[in-house]
Amino acid sequence: MKIIVSVKQVPARDSALRVNSAGKWLDESDITYEMNEPDAYALEEALQLKEKLGGEVVVLCAGPQRAGQTIREALAKGADRAIHVEMDEEGPLDALATARLLAKAVAPESPELILTGLQSDDLGYGQTGVILAELLGYAHATIVMEVEPQGSAVRVKRELEDGWFQNVVLPLPAVLTIQSGIKKLRYATLMGIKKAKTKEVKTLSAGQLAADTSSTTVMDRVYLPQRSKQTQILTGDAKQVAHQLVEKLKFEARVL
Amino acid sequence: MSVLVILEERGGKWNRLSFEALAAGERIAGALGAPLQAAVIGAGIEKLANEAATYKIAKIFAVEHDLLARYTPDGHTAALEQLIKAQQPKVVVFPHTYQVRDFGPKLSTRFGKALISDVVDIKTAGGQVTFIRQLFQGKLNSDVRAAGEPEFVSIQAGAFRAAEPGGEAAPVEKVAAELEPSQIRTKPEEPFREAQRSVDLSAADIIVSVGRGIKEKENLPVVEQLASVLGAELAASRPICDNGWLPMERQVGSSGQTVSPKVYFAIGISGAIQHLVGMKGSKTIVAINKDENAPIFEAADYGVVGDLFEIVPAIVEEIRKAKA
Ligand SMILES: Cc1cc2nc3c(=O)[nH]c(=O)nc-3n(C[C@H](O)[C@H](O)[C@H](O)COP(=O)(O)OP(=O)(O)OC[C@H]3O[C@@H](n4cnc5c(N)ncnc54)[C@H](O)[C@@H]3O)c2cc1C
Ligand SMILES: Nc1ncnc2c1ncn2[C@@H]1O[C@H](COP(=O)(O)O)[C@@H](O)[C@H]1O
Repeated sequence: MKIIVSVKQVPARDSALRVNSAGKWLDESDITYEMNEPDAYALEEALQLKEKLGGEVVVLCAGPQRAGQTIREALAKGADRAIHVEMDEEGPLDALATARLLAKAVAPESPELILTGLQSDDLGYGQTGVILAELLGYAHATIVMEVEPQGSAVRVKRELEDGWFQNVVLPLPAVLTIQSGIKKLRYATLMGIKKAKTKEVKTLSAGQLAADTSSTTVMDRVYLPQRSKQTQILTGDAKQVAHQLVEKLKFEARVL
Repeated sequence: MSVLVILEERGGKWNRLSFEALAAGERIAGALGAPLQAAVIGAGIEKLANEAATYKIAKIFAVEHDLLARYTPDGHTAALEQLIKAQQPKVVVFPHTYQVRDFGPKLSTRFGKALISDVVDIKTAGGQVTFIRQLFQGKLNSDVRAAGEPEFVSIQAGAFRAAEPGGEAAPVEKVAAELEPSQIRTKPEEPFREAQRSVDLSAADIIVSVGRGIKEKENLPVVEQLASVLGAELAASRPICDNGWLPMERQVGSSGQTVSPKVYFAIGISGAIQHLVGMKGSKTIVAINKDENAPIFEAADYGVVGDLFEIVPAIVEEIRKAKA
């Protein structure tokens, strides 16, 4: 089975987020980056499908040059090769523009399955995979927790709200957006890291792909949210804070 | 030039987020001076449409077809594409449900537009609507505008107080969707729930909930001790269960349990919306987090900005003293 996995590089979870002087995006100067969390799970699912059925796992990533590091990480975990759509970001694209770029890069590959994360940790659109399916004319399913290939179709378990699930059968080719936790993640081995250096990374420029990346939504401003709730912040050293809190639990919340 | 709100049903029951989206639609329609309309899609939805007609809307569309009896992205997208082409609304408003996540972006793509997803607030000035949405799981906000019409937006759970019925019943317009079985590619099976849970967090008086701030499974005893001295249930955010450090049934949030104990301790939990929806109903919320900007503090009654590995053992110590 030929599987494409889209992988995005995002600011590491514990980065200090500072808005840039233009107020449009982050000051990226002292941010470190990592693989978007659900994408790591999408990659894991793809690798396990390949181990079971054979075939190929191709990593697809749109991002600036630094994203190459995340691509190498995916290759070190076991992906066979990668496509890097290189862009010089002036702030982020909207989900439609990103998906149009990715669709152009995917089309010549004709995969049977495309796995994406269900949502990016930075922009959180939760859309790119679904749009990609629409642009390519593929069927899709979102928030997927299990994948079971059945010949020319695939049966997946979708997460619904409030503890409900649903199995859905869809024809291939298909796009699945993968939910975190679908499988246990592997680590890259030393051997894997070594091998990754020799694997093919095809670099395409956004211009080369001639995709329409004009925005249909405009992000005017990025800022720290204003807090409205009156939270009592307890201060002091650990012991003092603990003491105050226990008083509150005793006399205000009355649970002790 | 209307504002059209898409209400969501499953098996003849409303998804209650529909009426929060309707409230957002009311605000947008008010600002634009546009009529507010609503639509419900399915099979055998007349009763629901009549019920929706009692809200403050100008009109409700009941979009019906046998093939819409069970949700599929192909069916819903095609039916709504037809409705939107016929009605030409300026703004289409959805609740940000799992179902809308599944077909909303597909539908907006048909119109060459990106969906402005998971909106938490709306600003209006001079006939222009600006939508506020969160970035980085609630750590930052952004102001977003649509370039061109129709505009597609989805509204985050809990961001708006649900609209209330009132006024005269609005007219219900039946719309027969044009659909062929061959258009529907996915075959949905009956929704189901996993086997009975062995832990019922909803009955707990006190919950000690732990997030990724705990760093490693080996550190769990730090919070287990607190749960133990309080006689509390232990719960967790999703990543803890994804990693297999605690069983899935202890997960709180949109894909876990919904809880409302007397006291909820959120320890090393950032406060992403999918977690908040599962615990905001708690009577008292205590948040311990080393990041003073963590969104969890917005939900908390008492907050401690600091290292959980220092704070939690100190609390255990104090409780032991208080109990002695
Ligand atoms: C469709 C969907 C459904 C989801 N369903 C759920 C759900 O049901 N439940 C759920 O929880 N999530 C759910 N999520 C995931 C959710 O979006 C967040 O990713 C998740 O809640 C984050 O968990 P966390 O707060 O533990 O981790 P993080 O966001 O990584 O936060 C860790 C926090 O720990 C703090 N910290 C680190 N070290 C320390 C220390 N030493 N002392 C004190 N604080 C420290 C950090 O400052 C940070 O705020 C869902 C997501 C999606 C897209
Ligand atoms: N620039 C990108 N490169 C590769 N994949 C991406 C990119 N942006 C989004 N994706 C994929 O689309 C998913 C959903 O992203 P989003 O729609 O931004 O929430 C992510 O989990 C990724 O798998």
